[in-house]
Amino acid sequence: MTRLTEWFSAGRSSGKHTLPFVVILLVVSLLASGANLLLPEDSALYVSTYTITLLGKYLCYAMLALAVDIIWGYCGILSLGHGAFFALGGYAMGMYLMRQIGDRGVYGDPLLPDFMVFLDWKELPWFWLGMDNFGFAMLMAVVVPGLLAFVFGWLAFRSRVTGVYLSIMTQALTYALLLAFFRNEMGFGGNNGLTDFKEILGFDLQADSTRVSLFMITAFLLAVLFVVSQRILSSRFGKVVLAIRDAEARSRFIGYRTDRYKVWLFVYSAVIAGIAGALYVPQVGIINPGEFSPINSIEMVIWVAVGGRGTLIGAVIGAILVNYAKTRFTAILPDAWLFALGAMFVLVTLYLPKGLMGLYAQMMAKRRPRILEESAVKESATKESEV
Amino acid sequence: MKIKTLVSAIALSGATLIALPSMAADTIKVGVLHSLSGTMAISETTLKDTVLMMVEEQNKKGGLLGKKLEAVVVDPASNWPLFAEKGRELLTQEKVDVIFGSWTSVSRKSVLPVLEELNGLMFYPVQYEGEESSKNVFYTGAAPNQQAIPAVDYLMNDLGVERFVLAGTDYVYPRTTNKILEAYLKAKGVAAQDIMINYTPFGHSDWQSIVSDVKKFGGEGKKTAVVSTINGDANVPFYKELGNQGISAEDIPVVAFSVGEEELSGLDTTPLVGHLAAWNYFQSVESDANDEFITQWKAFTKDSNRVTNDPMEATYIGFKMWANAVTDAGTTDVDAVEQAMIGQETENLTGGIAVMNKNHHLSKPVLIGEIQDDGQFEVVWETDGVVAGDAWSDFLPGSKDLISDWTAPIKCGNYNTKTKACSGQNY
Amino acid sequence: MRHLIALCCCLFGLLSFSVQAAESSQQDPFLTELAGAKFKDMVPILDQLAEIQGEAILPLFHTLLGGDLYYIKADKSLVGQFDEQGATVYKDVFNQTLVPNLSKRDVKKIRVNNTLRGYLRNAIAQIQLTAKSPKVRESAVRELLSKLDADTVALIESLYAKETNNKVKEAMGLALSMHTASSTELTLPNRLVAIERLSSSLEGDARNLLTTLTKDENPAIVKAATSALEKIAQRANRFAFIDQLFFGLSLGSVLLLASIGLAITFGVMGVINMAHGEMIMLGAYTTYVVQLMMPNYIDYSIWVAIPAAFLVSGLMGILIERLVIRHLHGRPLETLLATFGISLILQQLVRSIFSPLNRQVSTPSWMSGSWEINPVLSLTLNRLYILAFALLVFFALVIVLRKTSLGLNVRAVSQNRNMAKAMGVKTHWVDAMTFGLGSGIAGIAGVALSQLTNVGPNLGQAYIIDSFMVVVFGGVGNLLGTLVAAFSLGIATKFLEPTTGAVLAAIIVLVFIILFIQKRPKGLFPQKGRAAE
Repeated sequence: MTRLTEWFSAGRSSGKHTLPFVVILLVVSLLASGANLLLPEDSALYVSTYTITLLGKYLCYAMLALAVDIIWGYCGILSLGHGAFFALGGYAMGMYLMRQIGDRGVYGDPLLPDFMVFLDWKELPWFWLGMDNFGFAMLMAVVVPGLLAFVFGWLAFRSRVTGVYLSIMTQALTYALLLAFFRNEMGFGGNNGLTDFKEILGFDLQADSTRVSLFMITAFLLAVLFVVSQRILSSRFGKVVLAIRDAEARSRFIGYRTDRYKVWLFVYSAVIAGIAGALYVPQVGIINPGEFSPINSIEMVIWVAVGGRGTLIGAVIGAILVNYAKTRFTAILPDAWLFALGAMFVLVTLYLPKGLMGLYAQMMAKRRPRILEESAVKESATKESEV
Repeated sequence: MKIKTLVSAIALSGATLIALPSMAADTIKVGVLHSLSGTMAISETTLKDTVLMMVEEQNKKGGLLGKKLEAVVVDPASNWPLFAEKGRELLTQEKVDVIFGSWTSVSRKSVLPVLEELNGLMFYPVQYEGEESSKNVFYTGAAPNQQAIPAVDYLMNDLGVERFVLAGTDYVYPRTTNKILEAYLKAKGVAAQDIMINYTPFGHSDWQSIVSDVKKFGGEGKKTAVVSTINGDANVPFYKELGNQGISAEDIPVVAFSVGEEELSGLDTTPLVGHLAAWNYFQSVESDANDEFITQWKAFTKDSNRVTNDPMEATYIGFKMWANAVTDAGTTDVDAVEQAMIGQETENLTGGIAVMNKNHHLSKPVLIGEIQDDGQFEVVWETDGVVAGDAWSDFLPGSKDLISDWTAPIKCGNYNTKTKACSGQNY
Repeated sequence: MRHLIALCCCLFGLLSFSVQAAESSQQDPFLTELAGAKFKDMVPILDQLAEIQGEAILPLFHTLLGGDLYYIKADKSLVGQFDEQGATVYKDVFNQTLVPNLSKRDVKKIRVNNTLRGYLRNAIAQIQLTAKSPKVRESAVRELLSKLDADTVALIESLYAKETNNKVKEAMGLALSMHTASSTELTLPNRLVAIERLSSSLEGDARNLLTTLTKDENPAIVKAATSALEKIAQRANRFAFIDQLFFGLSLGSVLLLASIGLAITFGVMGVINMAHGEMIMLGAYTTYVVQLMMPNYIDYSIWVAIPAAFLVSGLMGILIERLVIRHLHGRPLETLLATFGISLILQQLVRSIFSPLNRQVSTPSWMSGSWEINPVLSLTLNRLYILAFALLVFFALVIVLRKTSLGLNVRAVSQNRNMAKAMGVKTHWVDAMTFGLGSGIAGIAGVALSQLTNVGPNLGQAYIIDSFMVVVFGGVGNLLGTLVAAFSLGIATKFLEPTTGAVLAAIIVLVFIILFIQKRPKGLFPQKGRAAE
């Protein structure tokens, strides 16, 4: 636990990165979008649609990493099941997109998606009702993950399930959902999931302009959520959350209902994950139970660790970097990319315990030794308080 | 100090990563979209090697249209959304002329919209559930009527089977196949209580209860057989349990649609002798073309114990047909090659001629083999001629009126013969 | 005198030669017909062979059944293929003399299919009714139960009186009762008595016969058959329960083996070892390599594989501890990340070395098959051994932890690291040893699992989540908890499965664990003492 608090020092400084981060994010996405839509394909500066969808995917992952960082970096809750919230949000969006296909499915059934015709279903299951309405579907994309997080968090935090136990329980949660969604009887398309989407709100999903818009919306929402999260975490509420992370028992003794703080933070994080999922699905074009796989959830945690947890910006950078590396490695070293990825995880945990942001802070500190002194004082103070 | 070296290492690798893939001069690019890691690597790596071998052989013959072939291999890592992404990468970044890839239905479904959007061309080499026909995909594996139906016919006519256990992994291929079989069996007069259907999750490893149920079901007097659509990894524990519970092939034969030589190479087949599999190809079939293919494969993999299997033959046929179609069309342009593909004929490795039909499915012979103690199959039955692959099953209510015909004037993958309409196309 | 002997020898040789010649000339027409015959023509040929030769044809039938019968392409004479010290040799089927200078190219296999195998089994059983060994006789009778025709019944009847062995006699009695019960030309009282006798048998064929008799024209027969069936069903249900319990225990033993190593590394050391599954995988691959190195001693390979797997996985564990985990002490959640990276590397490593294909691990003959207690209850041997093995490993581990100085040190360090250090315990050494022990046991689990499931790069992944569930459910740091948790989860899953199906059973169990942990956050057996919390 002592090391946990060291990361705090990095966390402090992230506030001042907010503005530059948001500006860079928005400018880069605007430029990329413009380069895709306005420049001719043979131009040197042209950004291909492939790159746009790839960037869009990275940003969705960044949003997801943000969600993980909020509870892990700031409240010490290591969730190994955030993929579940992400996938639930994705399924809500997938169901909406599926209903939009209408009678253009291969069997031409006006109401039922192809896989239901295929399984001889006669009518739409109740949970598919209303999903043809975009507003309602988007509401579900945040309500369902939020509700699940609330129920799970309420049960777990009230009975003070903490640390490793909690992590394993979240893993069990996503694993159970994985198995459930694999079942064809569930009515979510089984292993094949939902795919072959045609359009969103009447816009053709395969058109470049739709893709760019989705990408821009993702970038914009990421910026908004980033700022909102930063605000929440530096508010009074955020201070209590930090206190809970560093000394839960003490915070409780002082009189804070720590379980309530944890539940609401958990719900907030799950909602962000749900939004990320909902944005992810139209951009990659498929949602299936594989997203619930526990391995995926572990990977999310690793993005945050690589970037540096408790810094928000680190989570975003980590998610983008790791996924970029993955994309490149799978193309360059298809047979050996797992070596590279695995080695990266080991090396980062061993040599960069505070992630890339920690490394950055350290380099800054070397330039200005005064800050180092400060953080050293802080460190020893917190260490003392931990024992 | 440590950190410094690490940073420089990261920076260095970053620099190499950013460097663009070098643009090779004038080659025809063949994309390979098979998982090399994750759960499907076990099956798909073999197909990647098969394509590489075919490319190498073609290059020895001087390539195509006077150009060398160049294989572009990517790893979608058994991650289904990644199939779409890597497919897009192959088509737009690498600008490949053709893709050989996919194994699972979901990976094909994932990459399909990308292929249709970017007008790519893909060869899908695995037996599958049917109910699909895309302009941009050629299906060189078996459709249900090229595997499941002949196998059940064999069970009923030659082995006198009256009760059926339809056991499968819970995903779309077994679901569809079992639905087709159920309808077919009922049409043949098999009573509902003589059909037992069972689904298990992927990678199911504890088969005790299910095998014991099968044993009970089969012990009730009538000759019983298991029709297995159990997928990949779950097969080994399933067969081990069968062997240990003493279910021999004479008592309750199991006919499998997803178990080939490669799956068997992972287990001791002595207790399994006599169980069946239905495929369009077996390594044990004696023909000159097959001997040559096996020798070539063993030399290519530098492993004298490597086996060949049905999806490899499907890849082989697909590759040969594509090469011929490119030669005929005189270009690698997708539309031209697509039209040139229809009617292409290539020798099967098991003898006879495979023909590419108007619905992008092949006509192939169907073989039924019994497992031998050396991990090979002995052919015990085969169809007289070739069987034409049926994209839309005649036994499913939703699809019995649908046909697929990619020649003018219909040019449609799902044409309803009753309403004379074509539904669900992206273009 | 010498001459006489020589003459005798010569005569004898001549005689035997002529006998052999006579024999082979007698066999020749049918035997050569067998070479290259079509499946449907084989049965009449074999029928005639059995009629002419009687018991003498048995070796041929056995060889054919085993799929080892070949014919020489040149002269169509039959040979059997045998495996001698790794080399393939061909021998005469009847007198086992070696046929030299034959290569695989000179011979062609005589193929068999299921119909033929069924025929051969039956034919062999008929011939074997008079075999010397009572066991062979009994199984021959049971084999014939499903195909009782008039000839067979007459044969059994004639042998029944002479039979001395009780078990064989019982089986024969059953066969005769079945015949009596089903023959309509016999008198009603006779048939009723036979049905009554059948009610004490659990044999499936008897039950099927009774089921058909419930549709008999005679109401008395129907009544008797129905009540007999009920009686059988009652007994069968009891055995079915035992069967299910065994399935549960067996699944539990697999879970126990998979999680017991984790109970040490995770429970005692507090390291979340995501590479635990890969330690199991290494153990399984070690079994494969050991079998590769001793192909002719598969039956003993397991005994070599167990210590080898312990060493390989254990050393790998120590290596991981020294290189990585040592630096992450007190940061349990970070060990998770690092070990996850290690697990990726190890998976890719075996993929590069052994290819991504599953590897074949043979089951020793003493572990194959099942222990048949009665016709409805048989326990598979491999699972029985694994159950016993899991318990053995568990208790050995308990003894190591309780009675050895290593165990004392391990417990001391896990309870209070600083205090142990102050008392002079070399905590670094203890950590490495503990991690090595946990990993080594995971390796042993791999040996056992290689007998049940795939040996491939994904082997470990399949068990890692289950292992964590077991350890957490049982209570971290408590070995007894792990034992109880593994068996209760195994049994619960197996009792749920028939009604819910395999997938739903797994989901229900997971949800149950989640809810249970809310109720008792530290598992079934929480760790007590100062170290806790």
